[in-house]
Amino acid sequence: MKIVMAIIKPFKLEEVRDALTAIGVHGLTVTEVKGYGRQKGHTEIYRGAEYAVSFLPKIKLEVAVAADQVDKTIEAIVGAAKTGQIGDGKIFVINLDHAVRIRTGEADAAAL
Amino acid sequence: MKFMRPTRAGLAALAVGLLAATAAHAEPTVNKGDNAWMLTSTVLVLLMTIPGLALFYGGLVRSKNMLSVLAQVFYTVCVVCILWALYGYSLAFTGGSPYLGGLSKAFMMGITPDSMAATFTAGANISELVYFCFQMTFAAITPALIVGAFAERMKFAAVALFIPLWVTVIYFPIAHMVWYWAGPDAIVDAAKALAAAAPDAKAAAQAKLDAALADGGQVYLWGAIDFAGGTVVHINAGIAGLVGALLIGKRVGYGKDLMAPHSLTMTMIGASLLWVGWFGFNAGSNLEATGGAALAMTNSFLATAAAALSWMFAEWIVKGHPSLLGALSGAVAGLVAVTPAAGYAGPMGAIVLGLVVGVVCLFFCTVIKNALGYDDSLDVFGVHCVGGIVGALGTGILVNPALGGTGIMDYAAGKIADYDFAAQMISQSKAVLTTLVWSGVGSAVLYKVVDVIVGLRVTVEKEREGLDVTEHTERAYNM
Repeated sequence: MKIVMAIIKPFKLEEVRDALTAIGVHGLTVTEVKGYGRQKGHTEIYRGAEYAVSFLPKIKLEVAVAADQVDKTIEAIVGAAKTGQIGDGKIFVINLDHAVRIRTGEADAAAL
Repeated sequence: MKFMRPTRAGLAALAVGLLAATAAHAEPTVNKGDNAWMLTSTVLVLLMTIPGLALFYGGLVRSKNMLSVLAQVFYTVCVVCILWALYGYSLAFTGGSPYLGGLSKAFMMGITPDSMAATFTAGANISELVYFCFQMTFAAITPALIVGAFAERMKFAAVALFIPLWVTVIYFPIAHMVWYWAGPDAIVDAAKALAAAAPDAKAAAQAKLDAALADGGQVYLWGAIDFAGGTVVHINAGIAGLVGALLIGKRVGYGKDLMAPHSLTMTMIGASLLWVGWFGFNAGSNLEATGGAALAMTNSFLATAAAALSWMFAEWIVKGHPSLLGALSGAVAGLVAVTPAAGYAGPMGAIVLGLVVGVVCLFFCTVIKNALGYDDSLDVFGVHCVGGIVGALGTGILVNPALGGTGIMDYAAGKIADYDFAAQMISQSKAVLTTLVWSGVGSAVLYKVVDVIVGLRVTVEKEREGLDVTEHTERAYNM
């Protein structure tokens, strides 16, 4: 099992969600985060104080999938989240040892 | 000597004479319209402080310190009200010396619902209790302005001790020096008596007039004019704020960490309430609901709007973007500058004043502040002190009838005095300098005293965590 973690632009969330639903992924976790890569931030000015704000708002989504679903999942996310502009984001695949559905106690594949 | 029974004609003449005498010294009355306006003005000025100033300042700090700003402002209002009643009103508005009043009205002795206070028109009065409350709100907002300078790092206990000391030692004397005078009735009556006096009674009558003219605060006696408190409130609080900011030191992380305002929405609400309430502050300082009050209101619209626009456009040109904070700050600077001028300048003069002060205050809040590197968190000095100085000096220029101003009333002569530019500017400058020195030096001493007794600043850890939680065990937002 793997966790596919994707950092995407906030306005792409609904599109990505739809794309994942289409390939059979029915649950995911979303966090509001800040970050930067190659996309530059901006300047904020409050009276005499100027701040170079390099952190940009992003959405981090995490979805747990079976190992053989990883490629399809990545393809779905990339297809939906890509704009071609700097700042589109990144996807990370992390190993997942165990998973448990709290309500029923189902484990591993049955919990995904 | 033969006793002469009074004839009917004689009696009639006597009656007319008595009637005339009574009419000349008619019982002074309180005008209900003036009283109603002043009751309203008082409430408007309270609104300026709570929640106007509280939200204006609060929105500018980080969310972890929002509640501490609200608490400091609210506390200031409450404690000053009590001190005003106990001895503040007496020290400010009774005779004593030109520097401080006496204690004849301490604990509000002798003031009843029927007591009257003078206005700027002989024979027109308002209830003394209304004047008492109106001035009380001024005494409350002045120290509340200061807290912006040392926001986000001052202990509440230090604020709690500093405010009563400051209002007593700094505010009450300055209010007395600038605003205390014998009142129009004393001067007009003495002048009339002098005119009517027989040649051998002239000297005594002259002495009475001289005494009435000399019964005033020192700054008033110098001839300085300050309609609603440019010196008493703004320069006063502004310099006290700067001194405090310098003595307490910069916030941890100043110049490095992100210290952006947590809610410019709140700041806008606060600034708007300040503008609305300021009509009580300026137009209410006319003490009567006359055309003079309407002039003060007009000027308080125009100078404010002009200053907001000039700050905003100047920023747009220099920095490349117009900011809401710039417009709001400009508006407040305009209100500050028009405060001493409100009842004296003409409307076009008020617009010019606004255009000038917007740019000047922008300059001080950005270029000067960054060049000198001090941390006046909320620009109390840059807006209130600098704006107040522009206003005080501008008033000296704009009161000129040739520029649309009202001129200054000479009560003894019963007409507007001739305008003397040099003399007026000297008087205005003396007022500004007196305020700067008295408040600057005095505040420094008081800060040191408070530092010794209680300590001014919270620890670095507490400052990082935020004053709301560490000083008040509360959060402004639990979301």
